[in-house]
Amino acid sequence: MMKKAGYALMLMAALAAPFYFYPVLLMKILCFALFACAFNLLIGFTGLLSFGHAAFFGGASYFAGHALKVWGMPTEVGLLIGTAGAALTGLVIGGLAIRRQGIYFTMITLALAQMLFFVFLQAPFTGGEDGLQSIPRGLLLGMIDLRNDMTMYYVVLAIVMAAFLLIVRVIHSPFGQVLKAVRENEPRAISLGYDVDRYKLLAFVLSAALAGLAGSTKALVLGFGTLTDVHWSMSGLVVLMTLVGGMGTLVGPVIGAIIIIALENKLGDFGTWLAGVTQIEWFNTIGESVTMVTGLIFVICVLAFRRGIIGELAARVGRTPGKVV
Amino acid sequence: MTTALEISHLSAWYGESHILHDVNLSVEQGEVVTLLGRNGAGRTTTLRAIMGLTGRREGSIKINGVESGRMPTYRIAHLGVGYCPEERAIFSSLSAEENLLLPPPVSKTAQGMSVDEIYAMFPNLAERRASQGTRLSGGEQQMLAVARILRTGARLLLLDEISEGLAPVIVQALSRMITTLKARGYTIVMVEQNFRFAAPLADRFYVMEHGQIVEQFAAGSLEEKMPVLNELLGV
Amino acid sequence: MEIFGIPTSALLGQLLLGLVNGSFYAMLSLGLAVIFGLLNVINFAHGALYMMGAFLAWMGLNYFGVNYWVMLIVAPLLVGLFGIVIEKTMLRWLYRLDHLYGLLLTFGITLMLEGVFRSFYGVSGLPYSVPSQLAGATDLGFMLLPNYRAWVVVASLTVCLMTWFVIEKTRLGAYLRAGTENPKMVEAFGVNVPLMVTLTYGFGVALAGFAGVLAAPILQVSPLMGSNLIITVFAVVVIGGMGSILGSIVTGLGLGVIEGLTRVFYPELSATVVFIIMAIVLLIRPAGLFGREK
Repeated sequence: MMKKAGYALMLMAALAAPFYFYPVLLMKILCFALFACAFNLLIGFTGLLSFGHAAFFGGASYFAGHALKVWGMPTEVGLLIGTAGAALTGLVIGGLAIRRQGIYFTMITLALAQMLFFVFLQAPFTGGEDGLQSIPRGLLLGMIDLRNDMTMYYVVLAIVMAAFLLIVRVIHSPFGQVLKAVRENEPRAISLGYDVDRYKLLAFVLSAALAGLAGSTKALVLGFGTLTDVHWSMSGLVVLMTLVGGMGTLVGPVIGAIIIIALENKLGDFGTWLAGVTQIEWFNTIGESVTMVTGLIFVICVLAFRRGIIGELAARVGRTPGKVV
Repeated sequence: MTTALEISHLSAWYGESHILHDVNLSVEQGEVVTLLGRNGAGRTTTLRAIMGLTGRREGSIKINGVESGRMPTYRIAHLGVGYCPEERAIFSSLSAEENLLLPPPVSKTAQGMSVDEIYAMFPNLAERRASQGTRLSGGEQQMLAVARILRTGARLLLLDEISEGLAPVIVQALSRMITTLKARGYTIVMVEQNFRFAAPLADRFYVMEHGQIVEQFAAGSLEEKMPVLNELLGV
Repeated sequence: MEIFGIPTSALLGQLLLGLVNGSFYAMLSLGLAVIFGLLNVINFAHGALYMMGAFLAWMGLNYFGVNYWVMLIVAPLLVGLFGIVIEKTMLRWLYRLDHLYGLLLTFGITLMLEGVFRSFYGVSGLPYSVPSQLAGATDLGFMLLPNYRAWVVVASLTVCLMTWFVIEKTRLGAYLRAGTENPKMVEAFGVNVPLMVTLTYGFGVALAGFAGVLAAPILQVSPLMGSNLIITVFAVVVIGGMGSILGSIVTGLGLGVIEGLTRVFYPELSATVVFIIMAIVLLIRPAGLFGREK
C-alpha cells in the first residue's frame, strides 16, 4: 500500500513539475535517472560493477546526434540508432570484461571505456573537443513538435517511465531471478546448471542499451553531445548517484540522480553561504570544485552510508532491499 | 606451577552460528590432552578459539596464567603457543625452508629447537628444503607444519588432526615425535579422530559433542570408558 | 641509417621515451599489485598519490628551496605517511566487505585530492626544471642520450628490482608473500599482520610518490597528471596479471616500449594500443600473461 501511494505521489509530482521548475533541467534529471537505473540493473541486481558506463551514455549521444543531424533521420529512428549503438558497444565491452571476475571485471570496463574515449576524441564525426552541436529535435513520429520544451518534457517522461517499467518487469521475471542468484552466489548458480556468463552478458547489454537510450534522449534534449559524457568522471558520477540513492533498490537511483544534479547546480550557492557563515574565503571557490565535493560524498557514503537513502529507509521499515552486494 | 591452559565458560561464534557452548577444560604443564569427538563436535573450533581465529568469543582463556580471551590473534602466539591447523597451511609462495623459518620466536628468551635439531629430527625436510612448500608430500607437509612451531620456542602446542590422511609409517613417526616432545616437557593439546593414534599418547581425554564437553577422564580409565566412547564416537 | 624509413637515432630516441613511460607503468603497477595482493584493494588513488609526489617535489623547491635530490627521498616518505593515514582511518573498515568498496573509496579519495589541488593550482601544468647534474645529453655516437631520461629508467629499474629482491628473497618478503596467501595463519604465528598491511599500503603508495618526483621534470606538474595514467596502468595490470612481481615489471616496461614504437609508426593508435593489447590478451589468455587466477 505504502509503495503504491509512494509511486502515485511521484507520478503526480513528475506530471506537475514542469510548471514549477525549468523543464530542461527536469529533463536532464530524468535522463540521468534513467542512466542510473540502467547502471543499477548491473550493480544492484547482478552484482557487476561497471566503471565505464559513460561509454554507452556518451557514445549513444554521439550516434543518435550524428543520425539526427548528419543523416537527417526521423527522431524516433535517431533514438533507436543511439540505443542500438550502445547495445552493440555493450556487447563488445561486456563480452571482453566477462572473461574476468570481480574487481578485474571493473578494471576492464574502465580501461575499455577509456579506450573509447580516446577513439571519440580523435574521430572526426564527434567533433572532438568541440563536441557535436546543434542536434535537431524535430518531430516525434512525424507529429509531435519537440521544439516546445513542455511537450518535450512529457515525451521524455514517457520514455523514461517506459524504460523504468521495463526494468521493473525484468527484475521480477525469471531472468531477473537468475541475475539475483548470480549476485548472491555465483558458484551456486553455476552448479545449478545456469550458463552464468550468458546471463551476465545479457544483463550487461540490456544495461548498456538503456544507458544508451538515456544518452540519446539527453542529446535530443540539450541539442549537443560532448566528450564529458564519455569521460571516466561521468562513469564515476553514475556510480555515485546509484550509491547515494541506494544500490539494489528500484527507486534509489532516481533519488540519487535528483540529489546529485541538484547539488551540482546549487554547489556555488552553497559555497557562498558557507563562506558567509564561516568567514573562510576558500568556500567561495568550492562551486568550481564539484570534483572535490563529489569525492567527499563518495568517501562518506562508502564509509558510513553504503545502503544509500532508499536502502536506509527500507531497512528502517524492516524490509531489506536484497543484499546490497 | 601455573596451569598451561585454562578455559572457563568459553562460548564462540562464527558470525551468527553459535558453535561452542560453555566449554571448560584445563591442561597442566607437561600434559598431553586429547580432544575426542565426531566431526562437527567443535574440537577444531576450540583450538581456533584459543588462537583468536573465530568470531565473537565469551568466557575466559588463560594461557600460562595470562588472560588471552580479548587479545588480538598476533599477540597470542607470544604467550608461548604454537598452532598446527587441520589444513596444515603450508604456503605455496614460500620454499619449504622459508616455511620452516617463517614463524618468529615467541619471545626474546624462548629457546626453541634450532634448525639443525629440527633437520636431525626430520631428515626429509632437510632434503627438500629448497622445494616449493606445497610440492612436498602430504606427510612431509605435516612434518613441516609441526616442525615450524617447534622452532619458535612455544611450549604449548595445539595440534589439529596431524595424523589425518597419512600413511601408517608416517603416523608411527609422528607418534614417536609426540613421545619425544612429551619427554622434553612440552604441553600438547591434540584434536584427533584417529583413536588408535591418540590413545597411547594422551594423559587425559576430553570428549566433545555439539560444542560442549560431555566426558573427561584420565588415561587410566580408558578401558572402563570404552563403551561410552563407542557410543559417542562410533569407535 | 634508417629502419623502416625512420632514422635510427629518432627510433632509438622514441625507444628511450618508451622505456621511460614503461618505467612509470612498471613502478605504478608494481605498487598496485603489492597492495592488491595483501589488502585485496585496487588502489584507484595510486594516480593521485603519484601526482602528489610530483607536487611535493615542486612545493619543496618553490616554497622551501629544497632541491630535487632531497625531495626524491622526502616526497615518497611523505606520500607513504599520507597513505598510512588513509589506511588507518578509512581503508581498514572496508576489508570485510566486497572488494568494490575499496575501489570506490580510493576513487573518492582521488577526486578529493585532485579537486583540492585543482582549486589551489588550476589545471595547467607547473614547470619543474631538470636538476643541473642531469641536464643535457651525452653523445653516444649512434644517438644523443638525454641524461635525465636515462636516469629515470635507471632509477626506476633499480627501485623495482630492489623491491623484487626484498619481496622474493628476504624474510620480510616471506612475511608479505605468506600474508598474501593466508593472513590469518601468519597472524597465528605471532606476526602483527595489521601493521604489515598498513606499512605495505604505505610502501606501495610511496613507490607512486617516488615515480611522481621522477616525472616532475619530464611532464608538467598538474593535478590531472595521475588520472589518465592510472587507467592505463589498470590495463597494464590486467595484461600482466598480478601474480608475479617480475611479471608486473616486465609487462610495464614492455608495454611502454610498444607504446613508444607505436608512436613512431602509427601515431594515431598510440593512445589506445595498450587497451587494444588488453582486449587481445583477454581473448587468448584471460588470466593475464603472468597471472595466477585469484
